[in-house]
Amino acid sequence: MKINKKLFPYVLTLPALLVCVGILIPFFTAVYYSLQRYNLKMPHMKGFIWFDNYVRIFTDASFWNTIQVSLTYTFFTVILELLLGLGIALLLAKRTWYNNILGVLLILPLMIAPAVASLMWKLMVNPNFGVVNYFLSLIGIYDFKWASDPSTVMFTLVMVDMWVFTPFIMILLLAGLRALPKQPFEAAELDGVPGYYKFFRITLPMLFPYILTASLFRMLESIQQFDIIYALSQGGPGESSMVFQVSAYLTTFQYTNIGKAAAMMVVLWAIAYFLCHVFVKQWHKLREKTKGIA
Amino acid sequence: MSHSKMKSYINSYLTGQMSRRELLVRAGRMGIGFAALTQLVGAGVTTAMAGSHDFDWKKHSGTTIKLLMNKHPYMDSMLAELDNFTNMTGINVEYDIFAEDVYFDKVTAFLSSGSSEYDAFMTGVYMTWTYGPAGWCVDLNEFINDPNKTNPGYNWNDVVGNLRDAAAWSGVAGDPLGGPGSKQWCMPWGFELNSVTYNQRYFQQAGMKPPTSLPEMTDQAKWFSNNSGEWSYGIGTRGSRSWATIHPGFMSAFANYGLSDFENNGGMLKANMNSAASKDFHKQWVDMIANAGPSNWSNYTWYEVGNDIGAGASAMIFDADILGYFFNGNPDNREAGNFGFHGFTPNPSASAPTPNVWIWSLAMSQFSKNKDAAWYWMQWANGPENAMAGGVKHNQVNPVRESVWAASDFDAKVRGSSPGYMEQYNSSIGGSKIHFTAQPLFFETTTEWAAALQEMQTGANVDETLDKLAGKIDRMLKDVGLA
Repeated sequence: MKINKKLFPYVLTLPALLVCVGILIPFFTAVYYSLQRYNLKMPHMKGFIWFDNYVRIFTDASFWNTIQVSLTYTFFTVILELLLGLGIALLLAKRTWYNNILGVLLILPLMIAPAVASLMWKLMVNPNFGVVNYFLSLIGIYDFKWASDPSTVMFTLVMVDMWVFTPFIMILLLAGLRALPKQPFEAAELDGVPGYYKFFRITLPMLFPYILTASLFRMLESIQQFDIIYALSQGGPGESSMVFQVSAYLTTFQYTNIGKAAAMMVVLWAIAYFLCHVFVKQWHKLREKTKGIA
Repeated sequence: MSHSKMKSYINSYLTGQMSRRELLVRAGRMGIGFAALTQLVGAGVTTAMAGSHDFDWKKHSGTTIKLLMNKHPYMDSMLAELDNFTNMTGINVEYDIFAEDVYFDKVTAFLSSGSSEYDAFMTGVYMTWTYGPAGWCVDLNEFINDPNKTNPGYNWNDVVGNLRDAAAWSGVAGDPLGGPGSKQWCMPWGFELNSVTYNQRYFQQAGMKPPTSLPEMTDQAKWFSNNSGEWSYGIGTRGSRSWATIHPGFMSAFANYGLSDFENNGGMLKANMNSAASKDFHKQWVDMIANAGPSNWSNYTWYEVGNDIGAGASAMIFDADILGYFFNGNPDNREAGNFGFHGFTPNPSASAPTPNVWIWSLAMSQFSKNKDAAWYWMQWANGPENAMAGGVKHNQVNPVRESVWAASDFDAKVRGSSPGYMEQYNSSIGGSKIHFTAQPLFFETTTEWAAALQEMQTGANVDETLDKLAGKIDRMLKDVGLA
């Protein structure tokens, strides 16, 4: 079958276009619902209220708490997983048989569904029979509240998130480390450059695109985290771990308030879009800088 | 085997002329084992139902209906008898079963989509405060009151009155349940009232009797939490960020103190959680759970509460009575057989318990294409014969029918496995009802209330937290024109 040369590029991009349309339909549907008073249990009240849902959520102190908690959670998970993942990747960078085995073993937490990991940790930190509390008692720490207290719930959630998702960062950075060209390191070796200088002046700058990519992926996942938080704390105690997705889930499925939940998700999209924009802009700058060096 | 002889024995049993024990003995002499006898009795029940009244059970023969069910002992009990229904009516019954964690989301998604996939479903009464006004479930009065659709032996009035009323609402915020204009959104199928289950062994060691008031319960629970023993803490109650934390012991005690969640001014509601009396009550409750409850209380659902009493971690619980019943009867639990049951009056000035109730119910989808056939299944599942089979042979506890509670076989079964349970029930059932004000924002308001309780339990000022809660709830109600 002969395809018109003018049409050929469009035919090639058709699958991607279809996927894009498939993604945009629910997005625009959510925007449409966000402009309505739409509660499933009050069908008689359904109608356009334009930006009232947005006004209501932005004048609700709970919503600002949700933004703060979500951004705090995202910040700590991304930063800590990056540091830990980079550290592990540096340790495993050399190709030895034991490093290869360790690399595989360290990926195992990533194979576990986050909700299952949360339930597993919930059992391990149980004050009555949890193994973690037992080990803590051996070093004189008793009655640690974990996810039951506002002062410790964020720590607990970040810890579980790190346990599950650090391997993801580790894999990306390990791949990046092993893909780095050897010549600059050999030259530095010949010149007697100290290790820390090599790391900060050669390894890190060359690894930066991988760091940015890994951070971007983790940031997008963290800001939308649901499983770990819902399984461990349901957004509590109080509102201390209430993040966007948990709040939207409750608003949709328990409170059946589709309009308000859609407005919350549009706001989440806007925040995620802005953060992605910042990351991608940095990535482009880095590319230009690299081209300049080359 | 003499078929006619066995049949006559079964008929004698069904008409109350022969006890179950005697039937078992006579069947044994005829070489019929327990499992076979169970089948024969079930078939006998079916035959009796099919033949005893002038009602055409075969009217919808050949129809297939589909049920949406929650994984639960009540469902297991129904499934064990389902063949009898199919044989009697010729109606083929299909079903999907979901775990409770995801069940209600599934029901909401199915009903809100307008799908006709399921004809009937299990639900809780609170959920029908959403489903009913939204037009998703059928007002069952049109079936119950139609003698052409309901078999004469159904006896709706045999269902405990408070439970019948609890499952009926007019849809107007603040209207009393079961009051004028109420629609029967669902029919009670099994229920739980909230009372104290305690570890008799621990109480004997401590030289205590079951508490007779909330202050006494608090003191006893603090004693257990502050003194070493086989236990870990004193009192188990729910604490997760959910409506289910407010509903059991908390609401039962709240109501016993004469408190109400809302003031109702002609259909306009005002949050009442921050009244002076309510603040005093909350201080008592928070003091108890903060100083005598589990240290990870805010993660506690019914599952953790039940597990802890079963494992001997808690000295007592103030929660669903059937939690104690089921965990007491499970020999895998360390403390099985050690439980005592106690109808609890938290308010020292009150004269009787006022348990809030959870009622598992059956409802019919408005979008069903087989409503009449679905009703046949519902009236069978909820009927006196199946309720008796569920209570006596299976684990449908608590049954909703007075006739089951009055039956000697059921009485003997419960007293045999859980001494004190019947007394707990008899002392509590009079005041057992849903004490919440019926309103469409039930889940929003109770979840916020639970969140506020969590804040108070971790040290937040009670008065300020309740004022903030009441303000937030009033704003929610105003948004939907209810305040």
